[in-house]
Amino acid sequence: MSSQKPVLIVENLSVSFATPDGIVHAVNDLSFVLHEGETLGIVGESGSGKSVTAASLMRLNNSVTATSTGRVVVAGVDVLSASEADVRRLRGSEIAMVFQDPMSALNPYYTVGYQIAEAYEVHHPEASKAQVNAKVLEMMTKVGIPNPAQRADEYPHQFSGGMRQRIVIAIALVNDPKILIADEPTTALDVTVQAQILDLMLALQVENGMAILLITHDLGVIAEVARDVLVMYAGRVVEKADVEDLFEIPTHPYSWGLLGAVASLEVSSRGHLRTIEGTPPSLLNLPSGCAFHPRCSFASENGSRCTTETPLLVQKGPKHSFSACHLPVERIVEIGQKVGN
Amino acid sequence: MFTPIALEAKNLVKYFPTGHQGLLGRPTKELKAVDGVSFVLRQGETLGIVGESGCGKSTLARLITRLLDATSGEVILDGKDITSIKGRELRAVRQKLQMIFQDPYSSLNPRHSVGQIISGPLEVQGIIPDGGVKKRVQEMMELVGLNPEHYNRYPHEFSGGQRQRIGIARSLILNPSIIIADEPVSALDVSIQAQILNLLEKLQQELGLSFVFIAHDLSVVRHIADQVAVMYLGKIVEMGPSADVYASALHPYTTALLSAVPVPNPKMRGASGRIRLEGDVPSPVDPPSGCRFRTRCWKATDLCALEEPALADAGGGHLVACHHPMEASERAGKPHSDR
Repeated sequence: MSSQKPVLIVENLSVSFATPDGIVHAVNDLSFVLHEGETLGIVGESGSGKSVTAASLMRLNNSVTATSTGRVVVAGVDVLSASEADVRRLRGSEIAMVFQDPMSALNPYYTVGYQIAEAYEVHHPEASKAQVNAKVLEMMTKVGIPNPAQRADEYPHQFSGGMRQRIVIAIALVNDPKILIADEPTTALDVTVQAQILDLMLALQVENGMAILLITHDLGVIAEVARDVLVMYAGRVVEKADVEDLFEIPTHPYSWGLLGAVASLEVSSRGHLRTIEGTPPSLLNLPSGCAFHPRCSFASENGSRCTTETPLLVQKGPKHSFSACHLPVERIVEIGQKVGN
Repeated sequence: MFTPIALEAKNLVKYFPTGHQGLLGRPTKELKAVDGVSFVLRQGETLGIVGESGCGKSTLARLITRLLDATSGEVILDGKDITSIKGRELRAVRQKLQMIFQDPYSSLNPRHSVGQIISGPLEVQGIIPDGGVKKRVQEMMELVGLNPEHYNRYPHEFSGGQRQRIGIARSLILNPSIIIADEPVSALDVSIQAQILNLLEKLQQELGLSFVFIAHDLSVVRHIADQVAVMYLGKIVEMGPSADVYASALHPYTTALLSAVPVPNPKMRGASGRIRLEGDVPSPVDPPSGCRFRTRCWKATDLCALEEPALADAGGGHLVACHHPMEASERAGKPHSDR
C-alpha cells in the first residue's frame, strides 16, 4: 500500500461558501492520500461535503463565493494555488471526473463522438483527424458500446442511461488520467445497469492502473468497490478505515447508525430499523464540539465533552481504523463489534 | 389466507399513443406501459411492487388512484369497479384511496403553509371535522412526528424527511383505508429513509392501513412488504409472499435483479453465482415477442420467442411467468442466500 506512488495528496482542505445567509462551512480540515491503482470511497449523506470535496480536487468550485484553504497536490502541482492555465493542463489528463447524471453531463447538441473527440483534442492539439477518430472508436469499444462507428454519430438522447454513463466514462478516460473522481456515478441508474457500470470501472482500473475516488451515499456500493473508506458528516471525516474493518468493527457512532439504518436484502425479519434520530445539521450553524452530538445516543456518556470539544481523528481499536469520537476505545470496540458483521 | 380483500386489480392495461406522423398526424404506435396486470391487496397488508425504470410501476400507481384512466381492465374497491366512475362517486372513492408521492419537494405547493397543505383534502371533500380543521391537522402532524406548532410554516422551512412526513399527513387526513406510495423514500438519505419506513409501519399497525408500496429498491421492499410483485416491461413476471420471492426467486429476471443489488458486506465481494444482465430494457413501444425478458435472458429458448408464458402458481401462492423457472440448484452461491 505505502510502496505505491501517491497520486493525490490532500492536506487540511477546508472549503467555505459565502451566502446571503452567512458562511457555509462545507468541508473542514480534510486530509487524505490516494495511491496509484487504489480505490478510495467517500460515503456520507447529502450535505456532508463529499461533492464539494470532489469539485475542489479539480478546482471546480465557484471562484467568487468559495474560499478554499489547505493543499491539494496532483502531479506536483498545488491545485488550489496554481494558475488557471496549470490547472487546466491537469484537468482531463491527470485527474478526470464522472458525474452523477449522465444526461446533464453531456451536451445534447453534439454527437457523442464529437464530445469524446473534443476532450482528446484539448490535450492533443497535434493529433490528426484520423488519429482522433481512431481514438474515439477505441474508447467507445473499451467502454462496451456496440457498433461504435455508427453510434459515434448519434446524439445523447439516442442512448439509454447506462450507455450515456459509458460515454461519460469514455470522455473521462480518453486522456489516460491517473485519478478518476466518480461522484455518485451510478445513483441515477437502475440496479442491473449499476452493476454493469461498476464492473466496467473496475475492469478499466485494472487495465489503466488509475486511482479511483468513489463518492457515494450507498454503503452497498462502497462494500463492493472501495478498498479504503472515509465516512463524512457535516463536512468532516468522522471515520477512516479499511473497507473490511469499517463493516466488521465500525468505530464511530455515525457509522453505527448508518449501518443500522440500511434495509438489507439479507434480513428476513421485518424488524424495526435502527435509525439516527433527527436530521443533519445546517452547515451555516454547526453544533458546537462534535457536530454529531445532537443526534448521538452516546454523547451523554462523556459528560459535556462532546458539546464543547471537537474530537480529532485518531486510531481506534485493534484494526487500523481512525475515528473522531470522544468515547473511550474499549467502549467503541465493544459497540463496534456488536454493530459490525 | 382469509383476510378480506382491500383492493383488486384485474387485467389492467394502459397504452399511451405515440409515434405521431407530422404536426397534426395521428399516433401510429402504442407505448404499452401497463399490459395486463392483476393483483389482490388484502386488508392490513403491504403489497410491494418492484421493477426498474420504465417497467410501468408508476403508471400502475396512477391507474389505481385514477390519476390516469386505464385503457382497459378493472380496479375493484368494495366490490365495485372504479375505473369508469366520475364526479361525486369518484370523489368518495378518493377518500378511501390516497397517495404518497416520491419527491417531497415537488409534491408540496411552496406557496401554501403546512396547515393549508395538510388540510387540502378536507377542503376538496367539503368536510369540516369535529373540533375544526386546525385541530384535526395538528393531530395529524403529531401522528406523523411533526411539531404541531409548525402549522403556519412553509415547505422550504422543512428538511426532506420532514416534508415527506407532511405528504404522509396529507394522505392520512381523510382516514383512508388504502395508501398507494410511489417511491416514498427514494429521494431521502438512508438514515431518514429508515425513519420514514418505521413511521409507515407504525401507522399501518395503528390505523390498519393497506399499502401498495412501489419502489425500485429491493431491500426497502423486502423490509416492508408482505407480498411482492416484480414487474418487467408492463407485466408482472413474479408475485408471491415476500419471504418466498426473496429466498427462492423463480423468474430469471428476479434472480438477476436480486443479484445486482450491492451487498453491504465487503466479504461477499465477488461471490460466485453473480448474474450480470447484458444490455438494457427493450422499448415498451415494440416489446419482444413471446416472453418480454427473453432478449436479456440466459435461459431463453425458441419457445420463449413464440409463446408468452402465463403467470401461474408454482405452489403456495408463489406465481411466476416463465417457461424455464430457476431450479433450487441454480440459486446456490448467491450472496444473499449464503447466510
